[in-house]
Amino acid sequence: MKFTLSWLKEHLETEASLDEIVETMVAVGLEVESVDSPADRLAAFTIGEVLEAEKHPDADKLKLCKVATKDGAMQIVCGAPNARVGIKIAYAPVGAYVPGIDVTLKKAKIRGVESFGMMCSVRELELGDDHDGIVEAPAEAKVGDPVADWLGTNDPVIDFEVTPNRPDTNGIDGVARDLAAAGLGKLITPTPKSIKGAFESPQKVELRFSDETKDACPAFAGRYIRGVKNGPSPQWLQDRLRAIGLRPISALVDITNFVTYDRARPLHVYDADKLKGVLHARLAEKGEKFLALDGKEYEADETMTVIADDNDAEGFGGIIGGEETGCSEDTVNVFVECAYFDPLRTAKTGRKTGLTTDARYRFERGVDPNFILPGIEMATQMVLDLCGGEPSEVELAGAVPAFEKTVLYPTTEVLRITGMDVKPEGQERILTALGFEVRKSDPWQVDVPSWRPDIEGKADIVEEVSRIVGFDHLPTATLPLTNAVEAPKLTPAQERRGRARRALAARGLMEAITWSFTDEKYAALFRNLDEMKAAGLYLANPIASDLGVMRPSVLPNLLAALQRNADRGRTDLALFEVAPTYESDQPDGHKDTAGGVRRIDAQRHWSTASHTDDGVFRAKADALAALEAAGAPVANFQSASPGPEYFHPGRSGYLQLGPGKKLAAFGEIHPRVLKAMDVDGPVYGFEIALDDIPAGRKKNVKTKPALNASDLLSVKRDFAFVCDADVEAEALIKAVRAGDKALITDVALFDIYQGKGVPDGKKSLAVEVTLQPRDKTLTDEEIETVSKRILAQAEKATGAQLRH
Amino acid sequence: MSDLGSLETDLLAKIEGAGDAGVLEEIRVAALGKKGVVSERMKTLGKMSPEERKEMGPALNGLKTRIGEAIEAKKSALDETALDARLATEKVDVTLPVRAEQKGKIHPVTQVTEEIVAIFSAMGFDVAEGPDIEDDFYNFTALNFPEDHPAREMHDTFFFEPKEDGSRRLLRTHTSPVQIRTMMEQKPPIRIIIPGRVYRCDSDQTHTPVFHQVEGLVIDRESHMGHLKGTLEAFAKTFFEVDSVTTRFRPHFFPFTEPSAEMDIGYERVGSSDGRGEIRIGQGADWMEILGCGMVHPNVLINCGLDPDEYQGFAWGMGVDRLAMLKYGIPDLRDFFAADARWLEHYGFDPLDQPNLAVGLSR
Repeated sequence: MKFTLSWLKEHLETEASLDEIVETMVAVGLEVESVDSPADRLAAFTIGEVLEAEKHPDADKLKLCKVATKDGAMQIVCGAPNARVGIKIAYAPVGAYVPGIDVTLKKAKIRGVESFGMMCSVRELELGDDHDGIVEAPAEAKVGDPVADWLGTNDPVIDFEVTPNRPDTNGIDGVARDLAAAGLGKLITPTPKSIKGAFESPQKVELRFSDETKDACPAFAGRYIRGVKNGPSPQWLQDRLRAIGLRPISALVDITNFVTYDRARPLHVYDADKLKGVLHARLAEKGEKFLALDGKEYEADETMTVIADDNDAEGFGGIIGGEETGCSEDTVNVFVECAYFDPLRTAKTGRKTGLTTDARYRFERGVDPNFILPGIEMATQMVLDLCGGEPSEVELAGAVPAFEKTVLYPTTEVLRITGMDVKPEGQERILTALGFEVRKSDPWQVDVPSWRPDIEGKADIVEEVSRIVGFDHLPTATLPLTNAVEAPKLTPAQERRGRARRALAARGLMEAITWSFTDEKYAALFRNLDEMKAAGLYLANPIASDLGVMRPSVLPNLLAALQRNADRGRTDLALFEVAPTYESDQPDGHKDTAGGVRRIDAQRHWSTASHTDDGVFRAKADALAALEAAGAPVANFQSASPGPEYFHPGRSGYLQLGPGKKLAAFGEIHPRVLKAMDVDGPVYGFEIALDDIPAGRKKNVKTKPALNASDLLSVKRDFAFVCDADVEAEALIKAVRAGDKALITDVALFDIYQGKGVPDGKKSLAVEVTLQPRDKTLTDEEIETVSKRILAQAEKATGAQLRH
Repeated sequence: MSDLGSLETDLLAKIEGAGDAGVLEEIRVAALGKKGVVSERMKTLGKMSPEERKEMGPALNGLKTRIGEAIEAKKSALDETALDARLATEKVDVTLPVRAEQKGKIHPVTQVTEEIVAIFSAMGFDVAEGPDIEDDFYNFTALNFPEDHPAREMHDTFFFEPKEDGSRRLLRTHTSPVQIRTMMEQKPPIRIIIPGRVYRCDSDQTHTPVFHQVEGLVIDRESHMGHLKGTLEAFAKTFFEVDSVTTRFRPHFFPFTEPSAEMDIGYERVGSSDGRGEIRIGQGADWMEILGCGMVHPNVLINCGLDPDEYQGFAWGMGVDRLAMLKYGIPDLRDFFAADARWLEHYGFDPLDQPNLAVGLSR
């Protein structure tokens, strides 16, 4: 909300400077967003006087002027037709920034003649739209005076944020009251005088609501004024409205806008001769239409309050009036409306219609019910002053809603809640200045003023006292520690995520953060859409149509990101994200997930002869690293293939702790998925359900088991097996290990071979087995025994034979 | 005896003249091998008289030792020469570039969240979390947002498609629902911070539909607004890693706190006069809002089954992304969610740099 300094001073008698006023507003909770001071904005511009104006030697339309300025006599080339000897002008020196044309002036040569600075137009100074010539200042202006003193208005405009709890500060009087309470001056807001009606109002008003809906508009007041003369409002009123960004329309309309901003009291003025019968407030009929003042047609429904005459609806109560009964230049008799509309209903109507007006803004936050009748008087006085005429008696339908609220308030509350010790006298002074009435019983009884609907209980009184005292008086206190050294704070789930992130980053993946939602057509590649719909994962109001569903996996957004990077030439990237995915709209449907994608570029490096495509196993290693960091028992994992359907069926798998306990999937992303997402392949990825990792109980005993290292030399033996091509390596390794669980400490697969020397449909797998004796060196016989058991196990489990 | 002398001279000369390890070995075999000249002479000792043996024994043994030593010495010398010769052929161009290793990075939001957690856990705060998809009760009603109040509109809420019973779920607009969940589950004293994703249906230069918050909540029988101030000042100083921070608390409005405030911190721009210089946090004539806070509203306590005359406390909420931007000079919020490798490489953190108060939060 905007207001000007001079306007404020009609409510606040103060010696305070603009800076002090702004600082105090901020200190009491009126957050100033900007201060526009014309004097500052126009500081570079001073008055000059044209001494000579000759024709430019080489240009018919240009003049060569000599101008008296604060910098002495300057030569300025000017194209304005009104540039002539003797006028006072707005001089912009070289180096000045001219806002209207967004140019910083330089010394220029115009058609061969040097020009030092500029004489500005109204538009160039951003004082108006006029660009017919240079602006002419009054003859009394002296060379060197600031332009702001002579042109336009030198009245600073303050813009501040009105918080929803403070409808009273939608009026300048409310701002003044806060400032006065904070000690910045005296509140001098005039109380509107009651004006005696000269006749009974010929315009009648009524409320036509049922008992259930009568709170939609409990009071509807108005007054008939006859014989007015509408026209442009006086300059001071136009200047004020313009300064705060409103367009002056006519005296009658400007008066309603003035009162809206001056007292947070919206009004409406009807051309009484255009009204037919009784003016009344009622709920609309569904489908009822009318043309509003903004020139648009609106359709009402049965929840909306309209103001209507015997013909039809005129406008939405508390939001906007109607075009048909509005005032014009020819209006002679008017009816001024000042009513009370229910905040909730007004807000709902406003939302449904999309109408944002100054009136709606105020009614939905709550206007002062006790200012309904004074509002009529104030408006009447202004109409009489600016438009003449003769007022009727006040018409009132319904009754002004009673506002009686008393808060029981122990004065110790300020100390308890804020730690500030404010003496009762100080508290009383502040509350009284804000319009509260204090009765000093124990606890105090504090009567709430009718313009403060936000005050409900003692906490609100604490806020009033403490914000006026000022939060800069808050003590600085330290929370006491309950332990000398704090215990660890992270939950296992939090710790798991953190460790997984750092493990993946350590493996060369970059952590991305992507939206929690994704494109429906991408989601469809990862989960059945009907299922997602049933799980409640469709947004009703997505930010964009391609971000309409909650993601079933982190992979789609990562794949899209991978491709965006590839489009910029970054083709060897690995990305991961540890973040939620959504199984359902219930709290337990929120799943912590770690996922990653890699594209492996054939590395061009002087030391690389060829590149092996090991993407599947890098993705598997990524998954294992993250799982291990997250505390999963990786030694117990089994691999199972294939993985989920969004992976390549032949190049993917799960990591599981037994059937049905799948913790992760990995492999090459399905080419069909990549194609649907326009992602260049191949891409390898993995996904881990972090929530499903069994909770590794924190060990209470921190001592580690004794080191079991043998001084005896370990023995390594190689075995080359031939088995069916579809035998899984993991099965063979497991079988080999079973040869002697105590003695065999490692089985490393070092070669896979298919081709010459191996029959069709078979493959050769070669493993190196490490035997670690504990008590005594192994004899050849013992090694032979173990070898036989290894061969037997391998054959039993996989049908593998020793290769000859 | 004299022939021993000439034998020794002869052998030593041969040893000295040996050109490689092979020749030297031949000499060794010829001298000290089973049938070598020295060995043959040793065998003659047995047939000598005791007197002769007494004289010849030490002489022969001395000869054997000296020849052996000479061979060893020559062998070492030859090995050295051979090594030098091999090394001379084994030259690489050490100026060749090393293989590029893919370097992973931690996202600034993760890093800054962990910094914040490190600070508050030292002050005794637990870390609480809750689901992103919430309902009206936890996100608004329990937090004292009146039905249809304009304050709800300030939140630009994402809603889900309505269910058959007309209810609709929403994406939490702040992490405050976790305050409610915690207070309903756990009796005071409560000290928690709540990091997490939050959502507003808003997207422009300075707003993204997803962003990150950390909220804090303290509920006990005595914590007042002075504790709020002390806690947040301590946080600001530690987080920005400066010796002191000037702060300003301004009254504000939030439905769930009363009194409510916003905290500004002092800053100045240095290094450029056009207002685009580097931001120095801590001191200076300008103020920057960094968080909203206040004393928990009595209605919120009541909604969670706590008596506001018995329990009191404070809460605050701050934007993690924004704090990251301020601390690390990151210009554009939207980049946080773009997963641009260039940006991640530049603004991301080394995985080994885990925030830690003992070594300092950042390098």
